[in-house]
Amino acid sequence: MPSKYVIHTEPVPRRFRPLIQSGIIAWEEGCLKCAVCVKKKCVYGVYDHRGLDARQMVESIDNECMNCLRCVQGCPNELIHKSVNPEFMAMGDEHWTPNIIASLWAQSDSGKIPVSGAGYPGPFSGPGFDAIWTDMSEIVRPTRDGIHGREYISTAIDLGKTPPYLVFDSEGGLEASKPSLLDIPLPIILKIPGFGAMSEKTLLGWAEAAKRLGTFFSLPMEMLGKIPEAYAPWLLPSIFSDADGLKGLPSGIRMVELAFDDGVDVAKRLIDLDPAVLVSARVSLAEGMEERAQQLVASGVSVIHLEAGFQGRGFDDPAKFLKDGIRSVHQKLVDIGIRDNVTLLASGGISMAEHVPKAIICGADGVFVDFPMLIAMECRMCRRCEKGLSCPVDIQDASSEWTAGRVVNLTGAWHNQLLEVMGAMGIRDARRLRGEVGRAMFFDQLDRETFGAMGTVEEDCELE
Amino acid sequence: MNNSENFQLPEVKRMPSRFRNPIGKYRLHRTSACVACGKCVEICPYDVHVARRGRIRIENAYRCVGKDCETPCIESCPEQALSLKRNPDFEVLGDRRWPADLLAASWHMAEFGKIPEKGLECRIGASEGGFDKLRIAFKKSKIGSADWHDDDVDLSVLLNRRGDHAHLAKIEVPFYGGGMSYGSVSINTMLSRMKAAAALGTFCCTGEGGYPDELKPYDDHVITQVATGLFGVREETIQRVKIVEFKYAQGAKPGLGGHLLGDKVTPGVARMREAVVGYPLFSPFPFHSVYSVEDHKKHVDWIKAINPKALVSVKVSTPTDVDMVAVGSYYAGAHIIHLDGSYGGTGAAPDIAKKNIAMPIEYALPKVHQFLTEEGVRDKITVIASGGIRTPHDVAKTIALGADGVCTGTADLVALECIRCHNCESGRGCARGIASTDAELMDLIQVEWGTQRILNLFLAWRKELIRILKKLGMKSLHELVGRTDCLVHLDYMK
Repeated sequence: MPSKYVIHTEPVPRRFRPLIQSGIIAWEEGCLKCAVCVKKKCVYGVYDHRGLDARQMVESIDNECMNCLRCVQGCPNELIHKSVNPEFMAMGDEHWTPNIIASLWAQSDSGKIPVSGAGYPGPFSGPGFDAIWTDMSEIVRPTRDGIHGREYISTAIDLGKTPPYLVFDSEGGLEASKPSLLDIPLPIILKIPGFGAMSEKTLLGWAEAAKRLGTFFSLPMEMLGKIPEAYAPWLLPSIFSDADGLKGLPSGIRMVELAFDDGVDVAKRLIDLDPAVLVSARVSLAEGMEERAQQLVASGVSVIHLEAGFQGRGFDDPAKFLKDGIRSVHQKLVDIGIRDNVTLLASGGISMAEHVPKAIICGADGVFVDFPMLIAMECRMCRRCEKGLSCPVDIQDASSEWTAGRVVNLTGAWHNQLLEVMGAMGIRDARRLRGEVGRAMFFDQLDRETFGAMGTVEEDCELE
Repeated sequence: MNNSENFQLPEVKRMPSRFRNPIGKYRLHRTSACVACGKCVEICPYDVHVARRGRIRIENAYRCVGKDCETPCIESCPEQALSLKRNPDFEVLGDRRWPADLLAASWHMAEFGKIPEKGLECRIGASEGGFDKLRIAFKKSKIGSADWHDDDVDLSVLLNRRGDHAHLAKIEVPFYGGGMSYGSVSINTMLSRMKAAAALGTFCCTGEGGYPDELKPYDDHVITQVATGLFGVREETIQRVKIVEFKYAQGAKPGLGGHLLGDKVTPGVARMREAVVGYPLFSPFPFHSVYSVEDHKKHVDWIKAINPKALVSVKVSTPTDVDMVAVGSYYAGAHIIHLDGSYGGTGAAPDIAKKNIAMPIEYALPKVHQFLTEEGVRDKITVIASGGIRTPHDVAKTIALGADGVCTGTADLVALECIRCHNCESGRGCARGIASTDAELMDLIQVEWGTQRILNLFLAWRKELIRILKKLGMKSLHELVGRTDCLVHLDYMK
């Protein structure tokens, strides 16, 4: 058994005051000057140290209020009110929601799992991964207790081809050469986001995070020069054209990715060039992806990277979600009997910890995480950088150390959440979770099974 | 009255908010043009306007029903001195499962003991699935046909259907209080729930965290919990009660253990749990002694050996094979199978677990009901459901999906003016004194107030359930069990 994989986290404070969901509006006019003002009785003491942050022009009270409403309900002249913070609500989009962004910020601060009381506040179900529930075990099946360390749960995965069987010679030695397999201790690879106010410091921070986590950081080949050579073993360069690929790779690189279509020939040549380097090929989530994956596997590629748009949807059909793409490609590879000849990784729109086990249940071996790395750096997904405007949280100025610390914290929190989910369903090895759709419940199926027959109104009825 | 002979239904007593400014949906503004003619005081059915010393003040704006009002003061004011607007504080309240309307409606019930007539949605939430998409279908031919008195409608539930030597344990209302431990909530909250349960002729569960002496007067209405940490479990506590509940899992964190932070392990909590002050306490998952139905039977037998008259309830969460778990529990000797769906829970739990692990109760219940029926044992075991039951309509839907009764948790806390800020665990605990062991915060709730608020809420639920049953043409709640033909799901409506 490999030694236990622990991600060391420690608090890394934010550089900016966070936006929160609702603010306090307190009128001074009409104040009765009560002997004991409700503001002094605030349980969280938010009024005690209130002040204006001149750099951001925000009042501290708007960031610290915990929403207990005791001051609102206690002020004798009803001078204190709460109101929804429009700036918070305007963050992100329908996929990268304000609540997801705020949760990622908090996980990056501390490395801790988000915990809250009073049940789940969200909708019954939702699009994409939100239409899946994961299983748990009780009484009739065993569970695991990974989070408190009492039972070992492995989150490691292999990258590369797993041979279906081994062939030995008469001496008992291996007949064929040992398959080139890489392993990473958690099913997550870091990937450069599609936009962001990044600088060289940012890139170095992300590379450092990949090194500390023992995984890879995927970035375009031409950016390799911006990161010291010592980081090569943790970098996964992606090649965007034929010409790049054949120039030869910097020493120390263990894996490379082809990020353009019709890469079959280049893949073959690359594999021949250096058999020790794993070759991954990107397949876009779109019509014909199953066949493309099949062709690439046949050409000898070790890893398929199924890529969805940045909101986790198909490039040609936004109604198609990453989860559906993974299930379809996985199933195709299983059906034609070549699933173990390749590792299937997925990317695009992975925004919450639960997306990792859910993607694996759908049939991926692991996932790429991109924008959460940017959000770990306090990004608000305002996309000003895309238009060449300044970043409201100066991402480009953040130090590499701070960046790495926050990304490691976030990944640490995700890793612990993965352990929680796997422990609950009694799975002790992430590699065993792949394609285990029986360990999940799908909204489409369950809802129809349960309620499908509850649609008939026999006679004249009044509904209530 | 169809309740047991010696049972006296408690009375509703108005119990207003403990805060100076209750939160309502609307706000009214009065300009200086007011001449204090008293017209608004006269026409408002909700006492929103109050005349004092020749002046008129808006004292109960939270009761205003806004546009639903039949005699709107804003239109009748001869000086046009009144204006109405939405209360901005209301917009920050609540969430998809408990929208602000549902919170305010529950507060209304806890204050007045009846359903709000107007102005608030008090039947469904905004989760856009499950209960919130289900509707009760009343056949028009049946509506108004019930010629019996409200008191003749039977809402009671028999908990022991095995016909063995254990207590019969009939509850007078089709719900009882779910487990909330000493430590996770204050003793005042716990006592309020217990006293209300006793008055309603039902039960309330201690949760895992011991059985404080203060509860002794209510022994006959206490369910004591045996959970994986075995905190506070002693032979004496098992022998004291009529129902013992095994908690294998809970909906808020299915498949995960519990964790009481060191700060919350006060001297009182430590004594109760036989632990050390200031050290965090872990309740592992699962019972490390149970990996099969046979192991589980050993647990049930153990309780029956210590207290042969006790009913055994088995609280489980909702995995894919929840039907197997339920039938296994029956064969192991359980009297009650308590299914806790994944969207409920009151205590602190990882967000990832609350949202993703295990299935909602709306799916699990029909599955279990059907399986037990096919197995021929449905009438030998009591099925109790919980996990997101917020309103009397939810109760009726749950029964129609196949439960005999329900367990409540969050609703009790909402009666005590929980606003679902979700910060139960932060700092000194609940800032509103409900789920806190902090001496100062705890005192925000008086037991008498809390008891009456919970009583009022459930008396309102009871009344509404009677109305629903009569409208369905039913005389007893038992007739509704498993009657999915009384439900319509909007997404599948033809």
